Amino acid sequence: MNNTKTAQHISPRLELINISKQYPGCLANDNISLSLMPGEIHALLGENGAGKSTLVKTIYGVVAPDTGQLIWDGKEIEIKSPSTARELGIGMVFQHFSLFETLTVSQNIELCLSKPQLASIGNLAEKIRQLSQEYGLNIDPHRYVHSLSIGERQRVEIMRCLVQSVKLLILDEPTSVLTPQEVSGLFSVLRTLAKEGCSILFISHKLHEVTEICEKATILRGGKVINTCSPADETSHSIAKMMVGDLAEQDAGYSKKEGTEVRFQIHDLSLSTQHPFGTSLKHINLELKAGEILGIAGVAGNGQDELMAIISGEDSRPVNAHLTMKNQPIGNLKTATRRQFGMAYVPEERLGRGAVPDMSLTENTLLTHSQGFIKYGLVQWKQLKDYAKQLISDYSVKCHGEFSEAKSLSGGNLQKFIMGREIGQRPDVLICAHPTWGVDVGAALAIHQALLELRDQGAAILLISEDIDELFLLADRMAAVCDGYLSPIVRTQDTNIDQIGQWMAGTFINNQQHDADMLQETTA
Amino acid sequence: MMRIQARTQPSQLMTFVSPLLAIALTLIFGCILFSALDKNPIEALHVLLITPLSDGYNVGEMLVKMCPLLLCAVGLSLCYRANMWNIGAEGQLLAGALGGSAVALAFGDSTSALALPLTLLAGVASGVAWSAVPTYLKLRFNSNLILTTIMFNYIAFYLLVWAVNGPLRDPDGYGFPESAMFSDQTMLPILVAGTRIHLGILLSLLSAVVAWFILSKTHLGFQVRVFGSDEPAATYAGFSSKKLSWFVMLLAGALAGLAGVCEVTGPIGQLVPNVSPGYGYSAIIVAYLGRLHPLGAIIAAIFLAVLYMGGDLAQIQMNIPTAVIGMFQGVLLFFLLACDFFIRNRLVFTHQATA
Repeated sequence: MNNTKTAQHISPRLELINISKQYPGCLANDNISLSLMPGEIHALLGENGAGKSTLVKTIYGVVAPDTGQLIWDGKEIEIKSPSTARELGIGMVFQHFSLFETLTVSQNIELCLSKPQLASIGNLAEKIRQLSQEYGLNIDPHRYVHSLSIGERQRVEIMRCLVQSVKLLILDEPTSVLTPQEVSGLFSVLRTLAKEGCSILFISHKLHEVTEICEKATILRGGKVINTCSPADETSHSIAKMMVGDLAEQDAGYSKKEGTEVRFQIHDLSLSTQHPFGTSLKHINLELKAGEILGIAGVAGNGQDELMAIISGEDSRPVNAHLTMKNQPIGNLKTATRRQFGMAYVPEERLGRGAVPDMSLTENTLLTHSQGFIKYGLVQWKQLKDYAKQLISDYSVKCHGEFSEAKSLSGGNLQKFIMGREIGQRPDVLICAHPTWGVDVGAALAIHQALLELRDQGAAILLISEDIDELFLLADRMAAVCDGYLSPIVRTQDTNIDQIGQWMAGTFINNQQHDADMLQETTA
Repeated sequence: MMRIQARTQPSQLMTFVSPLLAIALTLIFGCILFSALDKNPIEALHVLLITPLSDGYNVGEMLVKMCPLLLCAVGLSLCYRANMWNIGAEGQLLAGALGGSAVALAFGDSTSALALPLTLLAGVASGVAWSAVPTYLKLRFNSNLILTTIMFNYIAFYLLVWAVNGPLRDPDGYGFPESAMFSDQTMLPILVAGTRIHLGILLSLLSAVVAWFILSKTHLGFQVRVFGSDEPAATYAGFSSKKLSWFVMLLAGALAGLAGVCEVTGPIGQLVPNVSPGYGYSAIIVAYLGRLHPLGAIIAAIFLAVLYMGGDLAQIQMNIPTAVIGMFQGVLLFFLLACDFFIRNRLVFTHQATA
C-alpha cells in the first residue's frame, strides 16, 4: 500500500504504454513500454535498426504510433507534431544540427519560437545570456553560427530547448562529434538540468558514457524492450551483451603491434583548401609502417577530408614528392593508378560514395574491385557475382542477396560490405575513414576484427576517426589533427585520452609557426 | 496550402509506366485539339497513329524516318547517362550529311568499291569532329555544354546552306540550292525491293544493340552508368570523367553523323538544305521516352517515326497542318517530364494549423 502512495506522489513525467509501429516489412516498435521520472537521465540503447529512432520520433511527434498510449504528467495525450511536442516542453537535439550558419545564435533560436513565446521572453539575447550563465553553456547570443565549433553548435541546440523551458530533453548520439573535454562539459550541463527536474532521454552507442551519466537504461533489440537496468550496476560488457544478444567476444584489449618498414609517407605537405569552408593542410609529416594501424583523431572539419582527398588522389592537384608509397612518389598518380599500386580506401560516406545506391552489391563490388573481373574490356559478371556472394557470406552482410541494391542495406551492413570489398583487394595501404560511425556493436566488432587481421597480414592502415575510444582500441600509434596541422605521432601505450584530447583542441600547434602560416596564407 | 514533397521511395514500376501514361495524356490532349480544329478526333488519331502502320509501303516509310531518330537517340542516351547534356545531335547530323556529301560528290561517277564506305566514314568523321569541339571546350574551359552544342547546331546548318549555295551546288541545277544527285555507287543499298528500306535502318538497329551491349557488358559501360547515377562514387572509384565524357560525346557524334550521311545517301540521294526536319531535337524526346535505355530507344523511335509519318498523312488526307506534329512532340515531352516529376515528388495538401 505504501508503495502505491509514493508512486502517486511523484508521477512519471512521461509514460509509454505498449507503443507499436509497423513499417512495411518491419515492426520497428513492438509493444514498447517505458517510463521516465522527472530529473531522470535515461539511456536508450540498441543496435542500429533496434527501433530507437522510431521511438524518439514518436515522442517528438514526427511519427504516429499504430497502437499504444503516451501519458504526459499523468494525462493521456496525442503528440501530433513536433510543435505540439515543443509546446508540452519536449525538446530534441538531433545528431545532425539544424542551424543556419549565416545567422547569429539568437536569430537561430528566435526562428523556432512562436510569437507568444517570444513575447513572454522579452529580450531574447538577455535570456540566452542568463541561461548560458546558469548552466555554464558559455554562449554569446550575437556570434554567427559559422564561427562556432561543433561543440558550441550543440550547446546552441541545447539552448534552443532551454529557452522553451524544456521538461524532457532528447539527445540523439550527442557525444559522437565532441572532444573528450567537450563531452565532460556536456555531461555537467545535463546533470544540472536533471537536478532541476528535467528528464533526459539519451541515445548513445558508447557504453561507458551511459554507465557514467545515466541512472536507468532501456535496451531495445529488434523493436522490443529486452531489458531495463541501472547502468551503474552493470559493466560495458554486460550491457553490450544485452544489446546484441549473444556476443562472441568483446575484448577491449587487442594486442598492439610495432610496424616494420615504412610503407607510406607524407613529407611536409601544405595545401590550401579548394572549398570556402574547408581547412588548409599545413606542414603535414607522417610515416605509416607496414603492419601497423596509425590512428588520427580529430573533431570533424579539421582537415581530415582534405587529407583523405589528397592521399586517395580525388584531389588531383599534383604533389609529387610530398607523397610516397613503397618508396616511390605517388603524388602525381591518378586515383585508379594508386589503387593498382596497392592502395585501398574506405570513405566516410557509405551510400553515394562508397557504394552506388541504385546498383546491386555485385555491381558495387566492381566499383573498386575490377582486377581479375575484366577480360578484353568485358565484365565477367558470373565470376563477379560469385565473388560478391562470397563477400556477403564472409563478412555476414545481412541482405537478400548479391542482387540487393546498396540502398536497401542498413548502414552497418553496407559498411561491412565495403570493408570486405576493400580488404579483398589485399591492399598494401588501407586508408579508412570513420569505419564504425553509426554502426551497431556487432558490426563494429566484425569491422575491428577485419582491420586487425589485415594489419597482422602486414598491411599499413591509416585510420581516421572521430571516435576516440575506437582509436585507443585499434591504433598502434596515434596523432591528432587540428586546424590542418598534424600533431606529433606517439605510441598508443605512451599516451592517454587527456593528451589526445588536448591535441584535438590544438595545444600542440606552435604559435610562431601558426602566425607565419597565417601571414603566408593572407599574402598568398 | 499546397506544397511539393520529395517521395522517399520512387516507384520502380512507375518509371516504366510513365512513358505510357505520357502518351495516353498526349492522345487525350490530341482529341481536344482536333475537336477544337473541327476535325473528327477518332479519325484524326487513326490517320496519325494507325495508317502509318497499315501497309508494307507505309511501314517502310516509317522505318526510313525511324533510322535517324534512333541513331541520334542511342548516342544521346549514353550522353545523358553520363550527365553530358548534349543538345547537339541536330548539328552533328547536319555535319555528317555535309561531310558525307562532299566525299560522295568527289567520287562523281566513279565505280570504285570504296565510294560508299568512304562516304559513310566521312559522315561519321564529320559528326565526331562536330561533337569534339564542344566537348573540348567543356573539359578544358568548363563551358556550358548545352549552350555550345546548340550554337554548333546553327553553325552546322548555315555551313550546310552555304555549301549548297556555293561549292557543292549542282552546276546544272539552274541555281537551285541543291547538290547534284549522287551516283548509284555512293547510295545505300535498298534491302527490301519496292520500299525505301535501306542499309542505314539495319545499322541504326545494330547501333542500339551495340550500345546496350556496351552499357551492360563492358567495364567502360559500367563506368558510364556509375558516373550517371552517382558522380561522387565514380570519383571515389577513380573513373576518369574526362575519358568517359570523350567516349560518350564522340560516340554520339559518330552516330548522329552516320544518321546524317545515311539520309543523304539513302532516301534523299543528294544534299539539300532541309536534310532534317529536326530529327536531332526529336531524338532528345526519343531518348527520354526510351528511358535512356538503348533498346527502349528502338520502341520510342518507332513511336515518333509513326507520328512524323502520321503528320504527313494527316496533312494530305485531313488538311491538318504539320505544325500539329511539333506540338504533339512538345506536349509529349511535357507530359513525360511531368509524369517523371510526380514519380519523384508528390503534392501535399496541408491545412494551416491554427496557432
